Amino acid sequence: MAAYPLVLRDVRLQRGGRVLVSEANIEARAGELIALRGPSGSGKTTILRAIAGLDGFDAGAIEVGQARLEAGRAPDRAMLHVLRRSVGLVFQFHCLFEHMSALQNVCLSPVHVYGKSAHEAAGRASELFKQLGVETRADALPRELSGGEAQRVAIARALAVDPPVLLMDEPMASLDPPRRAELGAILQRLTAAGRTLQPR
Amino acid sequence: MAPLRAGRLVCSALLVIFVSAPALAQTPPVLRWAGDPEGGAPYVEADPSDPSKLVGFDVEVADLIARGLGRTPQFININFASIDQSVVRGDADIGLSGIEDTPAHRTAFAVTVPYYEFREVLSVRTADAARFRSLADLRGRRVGTLGGTIAYEILRNAERNQGIEAVSYDDDVHPYSDLVLGRLDAVLLDNVLAERRRRTTPGFITQPDPVAVSHYVGVMAPANGVLRDRVNGVLKQAMRDGTLERIFRKWNVWNDDQPPLFARVNAGTPIEPLVMVAANGVTPSMAPSLATMPKLEATRAYFPALVRASVITLIFSCAAMLMAVALGIAIATGRIYGARVVRVLLVAYVELMRGTPILLQLFVLYYGLAAAVRLPAWMAALLGLGLNYAAYESEIYRGALLAVPVGQLDAAKTLGFSDFQTLRLVRGPQALRLALAPMTNDFVALLKDSSLVSVLTVVELTKETQIFATNLGSWVIPGALCAALYLAMSLPLAAVARALERRWRWT
Repeated sequence: MAAYPLVLRDVRLQRGGRVLVSEANIEARAGELIALRGPSGSGKTTILRAIAGLDGFDAGAIEVGQARLEAGRAPDRAMLHVLRRSVGLVFQFHCLFEHMSALQNVCLSPVHVYGKSAHEAAGRASELFKQLGVETRADALPRELSGGEAQRVAIARALAVDPPVLLMDEPMASLDPPRRAELGAILQRLTAAGRTLQPR
Repeated sequence: MAPLRAGRLVCSALLVIFVSAPALAQTPPVLRWAGDPEGGAPYVEADPSDPSKLVGFDVEVADLIARGLGRTPQFININFASIDQSVVRGDADIGLSGIEDTPAHRTAFAVTVPYYEFREVLSVRTADAARFRSLADLRGRRVGTLGGTIAYEILRNAERNQGIEAVSYDDDVHPYSDLVLGRLDAVLLDNVLAERRRRTTPGFITQPDPVAVSHYVGVMAPANGVLRDRVNGVLKQAMRDGTLERIFRKWNVWNDDQPPLFARVNAGTPIEPLVMVAANGVTPSMAPSLATMPKLEATRAYFPALVRASVITLIFSCAAMLMAVALGIAIATGRIYGARVVRVLLVAYVELMRGTPILLQLFVLYYGLAAAVRLPAWMAALLGLGLNYAAYESEIYRGALLAVPVGQLDAAKTLGFSDFQTLRLVRGPQALRLALAPMTNDFVALLKDSSLVSVLTVVELTKETQIFATNLGSWVIPGALCAALYLAMSLPLAAVARALERRWRWT
């Protein structure tokens, strides 16, 4: 693994002619937990989406593990392949697949993208559910989950393939204070295991 | 006094109106006669030199009758199969357009005396003239005719008794073109029609021995007995004074069969509506006409045929829908994920199929392409429905695919799915749930639109009902049964779709 699993160098992001972020520089070590803070509309989500390869950026460079993203150029298929294996993203509104149970949501990528057996994927999912305290909700559909439960299932889905970098968009937004503390503890445990996290 | 006088005037005016209204209804200045110019010459057709004028022997018979009644003829254009029902409705006073003398017409309508005798004759390809001389020679062969006619009834009987396959057409042109193309082995129709087609379509001959003999009559509403008797008087007089003979000679349909008919009509000799002619020493038997049976018995006798036709409707609709769904998904996917050239081609396909009538597409597939590829009727029908509905389905799926939230697609991307995996595992299944209600709607519509395939000789529920109604002389029971059978097919479908919608609902 590279010395810094996540590096941003002089990244500039603009949308509709408006510069949201200029010269963003980050060097994140393994096990480091970094929070991006800023008012609404300041570009926090935009940075995360650029790191995850969902949107482009206008200047600078982003490195995630072995993947290197160039400004103004869509990554090719091979680069995207490397990127997807290096970073997981938990969306603000979870974006769980609505037609699948929590367990199916978590197992889908390991089985279809990483070629794991259904049994192996289910075992790992159960482990994550237990760690995150949602082991009783495995068969529930996303619409049957509370905001906090959906958040934790989404974290489990992102972690199911063990990405070195985990990005989380507004992870505390849908949680009440006790749940926030709980999630804080979970994130501490995960970073202690050597993962780079970016809650904001 | 003035107000009183004014009141009297008003009363007088009302009196005049009330007295004259029934008088107008009983003796209209015109004789409205219904015919179908699509049947063409020599019955009724638009004059080639002046399309606003009608010509044909039935046009002249109508003129003759109107003159005899002291009225002016007024033509009402009605589809051939609906002429008898339209006179019952009161759309016309009399129907004349090669209307056949059937037991159903005699039972359920007021019909005139027969004014022309025709023969049901067998036409075969010239090369088959020696081997297909009668229906008995056509076991296992396809024999076509115009649906809802005496000839079709004869063929349905021969289907049961002589093992032929009866094929129903909506017009009298395509049976002969299909005969020459080899889709049929014989055609059974009136000698007048056969002779007319023989002049324009080379490649077939008409066997000299008729299969049956019947007549043309005028048909009127059952309550029009008085008018019928007056029309009969006019026709009998025209038979005696040679006017009818002159008309038929002018249109080259006069032959030796007519003088004996005229003599029998004028002598008051009872005339059977249909006489089967012996072939090889055997006179084929005809099942008793439905029109002469009690309605309940007739319904019981015909019900199995309606159920069989429903099964055909259901099979056609399911198969066509399967094709439409598969193709619709492919088109929708191509329009969202495909390259520009693919997208342009698919848009062109969708607009072509949506923008032109499905009937036209069916005709082009079956008849238009016949010179290049001779599709069987069932395949052309299936392709026609499937290809047409695929265009509509594709728009439903495209809308549903575009309606899947972007967040779901972003989540799939970050998890490493390819476009195809995203479509198969996430976007497709979610779109399917969104598309379910409009899909059900389309399937029910297809179930009903499948009746259009009858123009390609496929006898499905609506066509079979039409034949039943023609034979019975009424639409009431056949229409009610037909509606009940369509509902029996569509309601369970709607119930299944509702149950699936409930099960798949997530918001």
